[in-house]
Amino acid sequence: MSFPILTALVLVPAAGSLTIAVLSERRAEWIKLVAVLVSVFTGAMSVWVLSSFETADAGFQFVSKHDWIKPWGISWHLGIDGISLFLVVLTGILFPLVIVGVDPHHDHKRYLAWLLLLEAGMMGSFLSLDLFVFFVFFEIVLVPMYFLIGGWGYEGRVYAATKFFLYTMVGSAFMLVGIVTTAVLARSNGVGHLTFDLVEIAENADFATSTGRWLFFAIAVAFAVKVPMFPVHTWLPDAHTQAPTGGSIILAGVMLKLGTYGLLRFGLYLFPEAARWSRPLWLTLAVIGIIYGAVAATMQKDLKRLVAYSSVAHLGFIVLGTFAFTSQAISGATMQMINHGLSTGALFLLVGMIYERRHTRQIAELKGIQKVAPIFAAGFMVVMLSSIGVPGLNGFIGEYLILIGSFLTARWWTVVAATGVILAALYLLWAYQRVFHGEPDEANRSFPELRAREAAILLPFIGLIVFTGVYPKPMLDRIEPAVDALITHVSEQTGYVAPDLPEPIVHEAAAETEGEEAQP
Amino acid sequence: MVDVVWLIPALPLAGFLLILLFGRKLGDPKAGYLATAMIGAAFVVTVGVFADLMSMDAEERRHVSTLFRWVPVGDLQIDLAFLADPLSITMCLFVTGIGTLIHLYAVGYMHGDERFSKFFLYLNLFALSMLVLVLGENLLVTFLGWEGVGTCSYFLISFWHERESAATAGKKAFVTNRVGDWGVMMAMFLAFQAVGTISYGGLNAAAESGALSQTTATAIAAMLFVGACGKSAQLPLYLWLPDAMEGPTPVSALIHAATMVTAGVFLMTRVNPVIAVSAEWVTWLIAIVGAATALFAATIAVAQHDIKKVLAYSTVSQLGYMFLAVGSGAYVAAIFHMVTHAFFKALLFLGSGSVIHGMHHEQDMRRMGALRKLMPITAVTFIIGWLAIAGVPPFAGFWSKDEILLYTYAKSPVLYVVGLVTALLTAYYMTRQVILVFFGEARWKDQAHAHGAHGDLGTHADPATDAHESEAGGTDGGQAADDHGEVHTPHESPWVMLFPLVVLAGLSIVGGALQLPFSSDLHFLEKWLEPVIEFGEADIHHTWAYENKYVLLGVAVVIAAIGIAASVMVYAKKKVKAVEPTILEQAWYYDKGVSAFMGGPGRKGFDAIAWFDAKVVDGAVNGVARLVNGTAGQVRKTQSGNVRQYAAGLGVGIVLLLVWFVVIRGIL
Repeated sequence: MSFPILTALVLVPAAGSLTIAVLSERRAEWIKLVAVLVSVFTGAMSVWVLSSFETADAGFQFVSKHDWIKPWGISWHLGIDGISLFLVVLTGILFPLVIVGVDPHHDHKRYLAWLLLLEAGMMGSFLSLDLFVFFVFFEIVLVPMYFLIGGWGYEGRVYAATKFFLYTMVGSAFMLVGIVTTAVLARSNGVGHLTFDLVEIAENADFATSTGRWLFFAIAVAFAVKVPMFPVHTWLPDAHTQAPTGGSIILAGVMLKLGTYGLLRFGLYLFPEAARWSRPLWLTLAVIGIIYGAVAATMQKDLKRLVAYSSVAHLGFIVLGTFAFTSQAISGATMQMINHGLSTGALFLLVGMIYERRHTRQIAELKGIQKVAPIFAAGFMVVMLSSIGVPGLNGFIGEYLILIGSFLTARWWTVVAATGVILAALYLLWAYQRVFHGEPDEANRSFPELRAREAAILLPFIGLIVFTGVYPKPMLDRIEPAVDALITHVSEQTGYVAPDLPEPIVHEAAAETEGEEAQP
Repeated sequence: MVDVVWLIPALPLAGFLLILLFGRKLGDPKAGYLATAMIGAAFVVTVGVFADLMSMDAEERRHVSTLFRWVPVGDLQIDLAFLADPLSITMCLFVTGIGTLIHLYAVGYMHGDERFSKFFLYLNLFALSMLVLVLGENLLVTFLGWEGVGTCSYFLISFWHERESAATAGKKAFVTNRVGDWGVMMAMFLAFQAVGTISYGGLNAAAESGALSQTTATAIAAMLFVGACGKSAQLPLYLWLPDAMEGPTPVSALIHAATMVTAGVFLMTRVNPVIAVSAEWVTWLIAIVGAATALFAATIAVAQHDIKKVLAYSTVSQLGYMFLAVGSGAYVAAIFHMVTHAFFKALLFLGSGSVIHGMHHEQDMRRMGALRKLMPITAVTFIIGWLAIAGVPPFAGFWSKDEILLYTYAKSPVLYVVGLVTALLTAYYMTRQVILVFFGEARWKDQAHAHGAHGDLGTHADPATDAHESEAGGTDGGQAADDHGEVHTPHESPWVMLFPLVVLAGLSIVGGALQLPFSSDLHFLEKWLEPVIEFGEADIHHTWAYENKYVLLGVAVVIAAIGIAASVMVYAKKKVKAVEPTILEQAWYYDKGVSAFMGGPGRKGFDAIAWFDAKVVDGAVNGVARLVNGTAGQVRKTQSGNVRQYAAGLGVGIVLLLVWFVVIRGIL
C-alpha cells in the first residue's frame, strides 16, 4: 500500500500544533521553527499531490479508507478530486505564507498552535469523504478561528468572535441533525446498512423527494452561513474586520470556501434533486448577494470592511455558478474559489501592512500613498485589478466561466449578476483613489515603502494571479473531469439535461490551424 | 512573414517587461527610446505581414496563428489566437505607425517628469493591449485587449494622480467603460449559446450561412453596440472622454483620438455579417446614435475654451460619423475615416501639446493668440490638420467624410442633413480654434486680464505639473521655471516633438489617396478590405446619391467654406459677435446632470442599502441575540429550588398531557 499522503496532510499540522503546545513558552525560536517547518512541509506535500494528480481521472484519488467506529458505519475515508485538489493546495500554500509573513505581535506560541490546528481542520474538511468525519473537522475549524479572532484581533474582537461562533454553530446544529438523519434514513432507502460514507450514500441512497429536500436544507443552511450568503452574511464583516491579518487571510482565503465547497460536495452530489428543485432560490440569493454586497462595499469607511463586503459579492458569483449546473459554470465556480482566495487573501495582507504602518484602516485617514510608496501601490493595484476581474489576471477567468456557463441555464439571473462587474470596478477604484491618489498629507507622508520581506510574501500571490490569468488550462484540465462527473451524476439522478450547444461552424482558414492543433 | 504575426504584440510586451525591470535604471530619455524602438519594430513587422498578405490572392488573405488553448471547458474552447487579415493589419499599421510617432513625441513631451519611465511602461502596455484587441481571433481575445486598453487608459488619465481631477477622471473612464463591457460580455454569452463558439470565424460564418437566427443576431449586434458606445464614447456613455483630457497630451493623442476610441468601430466592422442579418432597427439605432453624437458633440465644441477640450469633443463628434457610417453599411468609409481621423486628430492633439508645452502648460485659448510667429512649425502643421478635419479638398478628411455622407444619403436624407450640419459646425469650431491660437493678438502677454477673468481653471496650480514644467522648461531653451502670473514667452518645441508633427501633416495631406471617389480603380481601401466586409457592405449603386455623387461632393465643399467663412467673420474680422452660450460651454448640462444624480440620489440609495445592512439585517441578528439573552434570564427564574413549585408544574403538565391524549387525539 502506498503512503497515505492525505492522512499525512491532516495529521502533520495537527502534530505540529501539539508539539508547539508542549514546548516551553520561552523557546520562541523553536516554536517559530517548528511552525515554519511543519507548514512548509505540509505545503510541499500538497504540491506533491498536485504534481502526481492524475489529470483526466474524474474520481477520487489517493483514497485512504479505514473503519473507525464500525457499529455506526463511520470510517476514516479521505480522497481528493478535481474539485477539492486546488483548495487543498491553496490551504497548503497560504498557511506557510501567513506563518512566515504575518507577525501576531504577542503570544506567539498559542497563536501558532491555533493556526496549525486550523490548518489540520481545513485539510480534513476538504479531504473527508465521510459525513461524520467531515462534520468533526468542519466544527474543529471553528475553535481555533474563534480564539484567533478573540485573542489577536482588534478593538471589537470579543463581539466579533462570539458572533462568528454563535452564527456558525446555529448552522452546524442543523447540519448535525441533517447528517445523522441522512445516514439513518439512507439505511432503509437503498444503502442497506448504517454508514456515513459520502460516496456510498450518494451513489445508492434513494430518498423520497420531500425527505431529500428537508435533509438538503438542514445541511445547506450551515453552508449558506459559511459562504456567507445574503441574508446570513453579517457575521463576516465583523469577523474580517476584527480578525488579525493572518486570520483574515485564512478566513477569506480558504475558510469561506468550506461553504461553497460544501454546497457542491454535500449539496449537489448528495441531494441532486433537492438542489435542482431549489435552484431559483439559490440563484436569486446569489444575485442579491452580488449586487447587495457590492453596493454595501461601496459605502464602507473601513478598508477591511470594504474587502469583507466585496467577498460577499464574489462568493455570490461562486454560488451562482454552482447552481447553474453547467460544466463551464461549476468549473468556473471551483476555480473562482481559488482565485478569490488569492486575490482577497492578498488584499487582506496589504490592508494588514497598511494597518501596521498607519494604525488605522479608515479610508478617510489615508491619502496619497502612491506618491510616497509607488511599489506598494503597484502591488495593491495588481491585486485589485484581479479582484475587479480584468482579463489577463485570474479573477476574470473564473468570473467569465461562471457567467458564460450560467447564461446557458439561468439567463436573466446572469444578466443582472454581470452588472456586479461594473460595481466591482466602482467600489475598488473609488477606494483606491481615496487611499492612494492625491497629495499625501502630514500623517501619510512618511508611509514606508514595501519592504523586501513583505515583497517576498506578496510575490507568490501576484505570480499565481498572473499565471492563472494567462494560462488557466492546467487548472481547468484538472477541475473539469470531476465537475463533469458531478453533472453526469445529477443528470442520472434527476433527469436533468445539460444544455446542448450547436456544433460550431469552422471557418476554412481556421480549420487548417485546427488540424495542426490536433496532431500532438 | 504572416506566420510571425504574434511578434506584433510580442514586441511591445517585451518593451513593457524590460521597462518594468530596468525602467528606473534606464531613466530619461533612454526608457522612452526603448519603448519607441519596440513599437517601431512592431511597425516594421506589421509592414512585413502587410506585404505578405498583399502578395496573396484576395480570398486567401486570412491567417490564424494560435499560440495556445486559453480557456477550455467542455464545449467552450477558446484559443489565444491572432487573426491576420486585411482589417486587423490595417488597424495594426496605423496603431503601430502612429503609435511610434507618438512614443517619439512623448520622449520630448514627458522629458523631466519624475515618472518618465513609468509613462513609457504604460504606453507599451497600452500598445500591447491595443494590438491584442485588433488581432484577436475571437471575442475573448479582443476583450482581453479591450479591457487592457481600458485599464491602461485609466493608468494614463490619472498619470498625474496627485491631482484630484486626474484621479477622478481616470476612475470615471474605467467605470463608464465597464458599463459598455457588460454589453460585450452579454454578446459573447449570446454568441456562445447560439453557435457554440465565440470565434469571429465561427460567428460570422454562422451569420453568413443563415445558421444564426435574426433574433439572436439582433441581440448580439445590439449588445456589442452597447460596448462600442462605451469604448468609442458615443451617447449616452461619452461622458468620460472629455474628462480624459486630464492625461498627458501624448495620451490624448494616442489613446483618446487615434487608437483606443476607434475600437468600437473596429468591433462593429469585425462582426459586420452579424449586423447584416440582424433586424433593421439595429442599423438605424447605430446610425441615429452616431449622427446624434456627431451633432451633439460638435455643438459643444463651439463654445469650449480649453484647447484640448475642443479637440476632445471634436473626437466624440468624428467618432459619431464613423458610427453613422457603420449604421449606413459603409464599413469601408468607416475604416477610411478612422484612418484619416487618426492622422489628422493625432496631429491636432500633438500640435496642441506642442502649444501647451511652448506656453508652459497653458490650455486656455483665451490666453493664447498670434503663436504662428513664435511656433512656426507647430502652426503650419496644425493648420494642415485643421484643413483636413474641416473638410477642405484635397486634404484627407474631406474624402473620408464625403464617402460617409454619400452612404448616409443613400440610407436616409435626414441623417445626411444632420451630417452636413455637423460638417458645418466642425469647420466653424476648428477655424475658431486656429484663429484663437495662432492668429489675432497675443493675449498671453496680458496675464493680469487672464487671471482676473478665468481664475477658475485651477488645474495649473498643481505641483506635479509645475515640477514637470520647470524641468521641461529648464532643458529646452533654458527657460527658468517661474511662478504663475509672470509672463512666459512661448517657444517652439524640440525636434523629437516636431518630427512626428511633420510626418502626420504629410499623411493628413495625402491620406485621402487611399480611397478616391473618381474611379473604382482608385478604391484601394475598398478592394483591400473587401474579403472582410463584402457581406455587410451596403450596395448603393443605382441610388440617387451614387448617381449624383459629384453634386454631394460640391455641397460638402460649399458647407466647409461656409463654416470657415462664418468663423473668420466672427473671430478674425470680429464683424459678428461670437455666440458661445453657457449651455454649450457646459455641454448641455448632461455631464453635470449625471454627476448630480450620482452624487445625490444615487449615493443616497447606496447609503440606504448600507444602512439597511447595518440596522435591519444585522440588527435582526443582534435582536435575536438580545431576545435569547432576555428570555434565558426570565426562564432562569423558574429554577427556584422550591419543591412545591416543581410539583405544581408537574401536576399541570400531567393534566395538559391527559387533555391532549383524551380530548384532542381521542385515545382512551
